[in-house]
Amino acid sequence: MVRYALKRALSLVISLIVASAVIFLVVEVAPGDPASFMLGLNAQPDTLAALRAELGLDVPRLQRYFLWVGGMVQGDFGISYAYRSPVAQMIAERMWVSLPLALYALGLSTAIAFPAGIYAASRRGTLGDTVVMGATQLGVAVPNFWFAMICVLIFAINLRWFSAGGFPGWEKGFWGGVKALTLPAIALALPQGAILARVMRSSLLDMLGEDFIRTARAKGLSRRQTLWRHALRNAMIPVLTIIGLQFSFLLAGAIIIEQVFFLPGLGRLVFQSISARDLIVVESVVMLLVFSVIVVNFAVDLAYAVVDPRLRART
Amino acid sequence: MRRNLILGAVLTGTFVLAALVSFVFTPYDIEALDIPNKLQPPNGAHWFGTDHFGRDILSMIMLGARTSIAVALLAVGIGMGLGIPLGLAAAARHGRALDEFIMRGNDLIFAFPSLVIAILITATFGAGAVNAIIAIGIFNVPVFARLTRGAALGLWGRDFILAARVVGKSSARISVEHILPNIANLMIVQGTIQFSLGILAEAGLSYVGLGAQPPTPSWGRMLADAQTLVSIAPHLALFPGMAIVLTVLGLNLMGDGLRDWLDPRLRVVRA
Amino acid sequence: MTLLSVQGLDVAINGAPILRGVSFDIAPGQIVALTGESGSGKSMTALATMGLLPQGAVAAGKLLLEGRDILTTPETALCALRGNAMGMVFQEPMTALNPVHSIGDQVAETLRIHGTDSRAEARRIARDMLARVGLPDDRFPLSRFPHELSGGQRQRVVIAMAIARRPRLLIADEPTTALDVTTQAQILDLLRGLVADFGMGLMMITHDLAVVAKMADRIVVMKDGAVVEQGETRQILHHMRHPYTRALLAASTHRPKLSPRITKDDPILTVTDAVRSYAEPRKTLFGPRTVRRAVDGVSLTIHNRERVGLVGESGCGKSTLTRAILGLEPLQGGTITAFGHDIANLPPALRSGLQVVFQDPYGSFNPRHKVARLIAEPYHLLPRPPDSARREADIAQALTEVGLTPGDADKYIHEFSGGQRQRIAIARALILRPDLIVFDEAVSALDVSVRAQVLDLLARISASHGLAYLFISHDLSVVRSVTDRVLVMKSGKIVEQGETRAVFSNPQHPYTRALIAAAPVLPALHQEETA
Repeated sequence: MVRYALKRALSLVISLIVASAVIFLVVEVAPGDPASFMLGLNAQPDTLAALRAELGLDVPRLQRYFLWVGGMVQGDFGISYAYRSPVAQMIAERMWVSLPLALYALGLSTAIAFPAGIYAASRRGTLGDTVVMGATQLGVAVPNFWFAMICVLIFAINLRWFSAGGFPGWEKGFWGGVKALTLPAIALALPQGAILARVMRSSLLDMLGEDFIRTARAKGLSRRQTLWRHALRNAMIPVLTIIGLQFSFLLAGAIIIEQVFFLPGLGRLVFQSISARDLIVVESVVMLLVFSVIVVNFAVDLAYAVVDPRLRART
Repeated sequence: MRRNLILGAVLTGTFVLAALVSFVFTPYDIEALDIPNKLQPPNGAHWFGTDHFGRDILSMIMLGARTSIAVALLAVGIGMGLGIPLGLAAAARHGRALDEFIMRGNDLIFAFPSLVIAILITATFGAGAVNAIIAIGIFNVPVFARLTRGAALGLWGRDFILAARVVGKSSARISVEHILPNIANLMIVQGTIQFSLGILAEAGLSYVGLGAQPPTPSWGRMLADAQTLVSIAPHLALFPGMAIVLTVLGLNLMGDGLRDWLDPRLRVVRA
Repeated sequence: MTLLSVQGLDVAINGAPILRGVSFDIAPGQIVALTGESGSGKSMTALATMGLLPQGAVAAGKLLLEGRDILTTPETALCALRGNAMGMVFQEPMTALNPVHSIGDQVAETLRIHGTDSRAEARRIARDMLARVGLPDDRFPLSRFPHELSGGQRQRVVIAMAIARRPRLLIADEPTTALDVTTQAQILDLLRGLVADFGMGLMMITHDLAVVAKMADRIVVMKDGAVVEQGETRQILHHMRHPYTRALLAASTHRPKLSPRITKDDPILTVTDAVRSYAEPRKTLFGPRTVRRAVDGVSLTIHNRERVGLVGESGCGKSTLTRAILGLEPLQGGTITAFGHDIANLPPALRSGLQVVFQDPYGSFNPRHKVARLIAEPYHLLPRPPDSARREADIAQALTEVGLTPGDADKYIHEFSGGQRQRIAIARALILRPDLIVFDEAVSALDVSVRAQVLDLLARISASHGLAYLFISHDLSVVRSVTDRVLVMKSGKIVEQGETRAVFSNPQHPYTRALIAAAPVLPALHQEETA
């Protein structure tokens, strides 16, 4: 188990390094001269020179890369060009909205999907199964931001159960924050939950066709017992993969959905920075997003080992 | 399950048809603004109503279909065109350096959702439909690569591949002659799924302004424009959204139907 | 009261009849063998007895377990019977166990669902049962997982699970077919011992008549879903009445007519001290990599027109050796030469002289190509492949030679049965008129009667084509019947070789002796020998 964890950790570190290199290449190397890119065509030479010095562009690229990575590791993400304030602080404030939203949605999605998928698999071929499959087929086709708009229309504007947008801030109370994130999380969770439910169902059905299920029935276990005690745990393995993949989609989705609900998350920050050509912010936000995904996948890899003993014993 | 296939084909076909027809005809010209007629709900003259500039929503949906379908289709093309050969190569060199390299590359790209790639590209190269195609396409590559590799690996262990190796055929030749035809069905089904995902991705990118730029119409941007007006003119959000839902639904149903039709595995149903 | 009484059992699945009027009895302590070829309905009978028929199955008749009709018993009551009054062991031990539960938990589960409430008590009985089947606690603790056990060991666990509650009836569906000969002997002995100790009735399903002869008190012969003949084993085997039973026995003991052996000192394939090794994954984080020698210094020679056999159990290295001979794997030591050239540098034109037939009739062909294209695959080796007219003629001739028709060239492979596919595989091997064909377990997946026909084909073409072959198999009786010379392989080494007749009648090496002793033999074979 230790060997496996160490191997995965090594993989994590390498992924982070390569990802950071890719981001660096695209943002700082590709446009040629970031300074003139940021300032535009009509920039004065001395403004350009000043910006270059400020960005540290006179230093060779490789060294710049290491400075950047070194800075990040210490928590220094540079100074935003557009806002003139430390990027780290801006990101931190906004992360506290985007990340909880993504995790909230992950929790909801799992909470919907597991019962639905298990129910459909256990009642395969019956009306219940068809209904669940029909619902998920629809759920998969719905764009989450559009669904969010519909939700706002129904629940916020017409029913007035929730506010139509905005975020009060965590300092004003935990539950206030959760309430503000609930409608967005539901909107995010539904399409992903539909996908997860389908995966759960098909994974379970695959398991139910395996030989060891037949053995369990021959021992005297009922269909129900067989499903819960034998099929489910094995079916979790492919499901875990999907959950890991889903987190990256949820994070991306969270960023999009913030636009619908006017949430002060990473989304607004990064889109405004793109318009403002503030490469420093863009670079840092992307790095952070990728970092979160890689870490979550690492956690999923560890979870595999908990579920599947074959992974623990091997290399 | 022919029902799925037919229903899906009909739904998808409707929008493809709309997109094609839009090249020669749309009910109204959307370049011409018609402010006096703005924000009309659906009526006899404008079946889907008009938007805040008086433009006919039906026409905009037809033109938007063009964008969505083109972007998603090209993105699938990139995914298949690069992903399938990579997957075949990885399977042919299983366990060796090339395979490891391709797998790690896949994992790396999976850490960058399409949106993030789009953000990166747009920040440095500017927004537009082409960038959307590239961003979605890049993410499609590891999807196809991984699927191809998995399916191909299953086939490499079979005796008929061994027979081809015994007569001295090269891995490349075997990949094309023997492996590819046997995984074609899987690829077609996955293609329709990625197509539908591409439509959703394109809508999301346009919604946040990273996709096709004005004046090119796109469903996502129609939704962005509709957002502030949704309480007074819900039809602005309803029709583009429904268009997306129905197209994606159609493609998914087609994918399911194709899967059942092309590979009717007779499952032995256990007690 | 008789333990199990099957009376007029009819089963249809989705309208298609699978079992027709099956009737037989099993008394306590009795071993009854259900035998027949694939599709005869033996497994379906077993599933019906357990009440585990697939969805869409409709059963009629009576199936009385200790007087109680299984067919009319509700599902909840059946769950109480399964694993309790009756247990079942299946064919594939490698996939029969849940990979994420320990073996102790899986055996204990049988006990806990049938009334043993205390966890400690269940584990105690589980430990005893595992010891009883040959997996004592000191070497196989309850915390072991299935992937840490071999096929034979897993089958023992499955048996332990099935007998944990001392059922009155045990059903074993081809329990040893997937196992090695020596392991098979051990498992069969175990089953016999359990029957004697527990006084269980055993329904033993097997297609192998030799196993039946060894194990069963009574035999029930099935064909196409109906019982063709039944009675006491010894009775049936010596005085069979039904023509099908006769045909089955004849096929099982069939010896193809081999043309006389030609001894020429004209080697066409020479293997000298071949070594093929693999580096194993590291066991500890920084430990050394162990190297495993799958083929460890093997030497053999095959002469022109000679028929050589290679026997060994799974893991002995024969598949690795075969792949090395075919040029599919590199050697780490030693050489292999064919037709005077090293295998690695064999020019394609000469390579055509060495062809192969594989084991799996279902995996040997690309399902998307027509038969003509499949047979013509070896043409890739010729510097100038023949024109289409010549090709067609060659293909037609090859098909006729193996007992099929030229019209079959236009069909797809899924239109043919297993035996026919092996014929097509042989046609593919023959198309270039090779000097040597390697038959890699080529008849192991075939039914007994089909096997006999294919072996006849082999004998015929070896004579008509002047063919040499290397016949690889784990089945001793088959190798015995088609080879002039035989080599015995174990753990990567050849432990014995010599003339077939000599090696089988007077084995020198202890391993060869163990192999021959373990292989069940039909009494009729003994008769043929003295003749």
